[in-house]
Amino acid sequence: MEFIYRFLKKLIWIYAGMRERISGGWIQKNSSRIREWELMAYAYSKSPIGVIGGLIVFITFILAVIGPMISWEPYWEYKIVINETYRYMPPCLPPSCSGSPLLGTDEWGRDLLAMSLYGVRISFVISIVVVLLGAPLGIILGLIAGYKGGLIDEVIMRLTDIFLAFPGLVLAIAFASILPQRIRGLLESNDLLRAFFAGLFGLREKEYAQIAALISIWLAMVIVWWPGYARIVRGSVLSVREMPFIEAAKLSGLSTWSILFKHILPNVISPILVMMTFDIATATLFAAALSFLGLGPQEPVPELGFIISKAGYWFPESSSHVVIYLGIVLLTMALGWNLLGDALRDVLDPRTRRAIEYRLEKKEKRG
Amino acid sequence: MSMDILLEVKALKKYFRVRGSLTKKVRAVDGVDFSVKRGETLGVVGESGCGKTTLGKLVLKLIEPTSGKIFFEGRDVTKARGKWLKEYWRNAQMVFQDPHTSLDPKMTIASILLEPVRFHKISVGDEEEFLVRQMELVGLGKEHLYRYPHELSGGQKQRVAILRAIITRPKFIVLDEPTSSLDVSVQAQILELLKELQRKFSLTYMFISHDISVVKYMSSKMAVMYLGKIVEIGPSDQLFEKPLHPYTKFLLASVPIPDPKTSRSRERMIIRGEPPSPINPPPGCRFHPRCPFATEQCRRQEPTLIEVEPERFVACWLFAKK
Repeated sequence: MEFIYRFLKKLIWIYAGMRERISGGWIQKNSSRIREWELMAYAYSKSPIGVIGGLIVFITFILAVIGPMISWEPYWEYKIVINETYRYMPPCLPPSCSGSPLLGTDEWGRDLLAMSLYGVRISFVISIVVVLLGAPLGIILGLIAGYKGGLIDEVIMRLTDIFLAFPGLVLAIAFASILPQRIRGLLESNDLLRAFFAGLFGLREKEYAQIAALISIWLAMVIVWWPGYARIVRGSVLSVREMPFIEAAKLSGLSTWSILFKHILPNVISPILVMMTFDIATATLFAAALSFLGLGPQEPVPELGFIISKAGYWFPESSSHVVIYLGIVLLTMALGWNLLGDALRDVLDPRTRRAIEYRLEKKEKRG
Repeated sequence: MSMDILLEVKALKKYFRVRGSLTKKVRAVDGVDFSVKRGETLGVVGESGCGKTTLGKLVLKLIEPTSGKIFFEGRDVTKARGKWLKEYWRNAQMVFQDPHTSLDPKMTIASILLEPVRFHKISVGDEEEFLVRQMELVGLGKEHLYRYPHELSGGQKQRVAILRAIITRPKFIVLDEPTSSLDVSVQAQILELLKELQRKFSLTYMFISHDISVVKYMSSKMAVMYLGKIVEIGPSDQLFEKPLHPYTKFLLASVPIPDPKTSRSRERMIIRGEPPSPINPPPGCRFHPRCPFATEQCRRQEPTLIEVEPERFVACWLFAKK
């Protein structure tokens, strides 16, 4: 995986060059940090599984960004209206049947491959944003609870316990029955918000009712997502808090917030990053599961879980290809993040660091 | 050098609550009085668990005292909060025992050193130039400035920690066993450096250690602590020459002498038993269960520090009669 290391190293140095141009002497001042990044890149490139995971994530990211743009069939056109035979067409490889959908069609006769491009965007956005909203909330609460201790700690942690005990599924069901109408009203009246969310999910603005349903499962997930982070961060903060460098920072005059974000957070963040990566995989599957149960958007939104649930009625006689193909798409997305998380855990683990450093030094000595 | 009092501590107490109990308390520091004159070094010795470190942190208000008063330059800082406290910390700093944990592993040396400078808005001109000049004070150079702590040796890290403490030019520094986690060869260098800095910036030190020979070398005045109390305090040389309190005698007897002849001729004293629990200290004199000279009075009444000779205070009934 030599080329991965070279590629990442190049990226690092391009970034360093940019910083150097903005403020002179940056490279010299941050040489240790650049070295650290190089070591991380090297450790990562040494893990084939991680590289595969990274590639999968990269490809899904690209597909999520450009998918709705390159998709050759609009998801709102039902071919079965023209011809009933378009429903659940089986996959068909050229040249035997060129021109017809490669991987078959779904319930409404739409090309499955084209629909999965929309679906990847929706799943990707939901999973990433759930973690990016849930994790910081948990991290901040965990930092405060761990550092302040006493009554504040007690209150925050009991709140965390309540949310941890609350089943996410039940909450999502409750949300699905209340929230979509409210959000729909909001989207209806606010053009900017409507355009923003439609663009985010790669859907038409007309589908704002479905977008409202998507946002509601999204909110339900954010609400049940943070407690895990609060717990883990609190635990790590408890051990870092007692370190003399925290007392030294206090003596240097730093405020509680500066100590939390400058000294404590950087020292507890590594396991959190790994956990976030794994959680994106879980969130992908959880969101699909919620819409599989019918709590998410309805037709015509090509949400992967929703298409699978519709195919369930005809399974396995005519719709097995839908379940298998979209199942593989979801599985691959989740697998990519899981593999990446595994590699990241090794890269960020200080115990494996010295061994990697030694190997890189030996390699550089050889030339 | 003016010899007025820089720091004065009166009846300082710190009781820690014991987890899971409402009434039990650890009496880490239990009524301590002392004063430090400008420019002198007060050595604090005692075995581990006697409250030396707690005392150091109390003096700097890193821990809130349970009761008692702290005066710094004649001003009561016991109730210092917020800005006032930060201003106190500009003048009073601390060097911690373990340099491996007292520097943030995720920050470069330069950013660690700049933290107090930026907070107190000390105008330094060019930051890098300033830092290089400061690094030279502790025998380090520009090449160490942009490294992470793990790239430095233990001695170098401790030099950085010392520099961080003196970078705001404080008047008073608590040195909490600054050499105990270093190699013997490095220990001597660090002690020399501390002495040099003291001369250069007329610093006042409170030197906490369990290593009596180190304290003897560093300090002009010495306090001996036992179970949260000062049992004897006085000028170092006198205290070494003629220890009064039985505990001090035991402590000094435990110092190895490199010369075998003197070592053999020395009176052999071995202390009995373990130090009692600070949760439930013995009544009367705290040292009486281990003291060979204990009398009935020692078991009942607690002795207070009394001046037996000029500048020499001891808390022992043996000397109260005189």
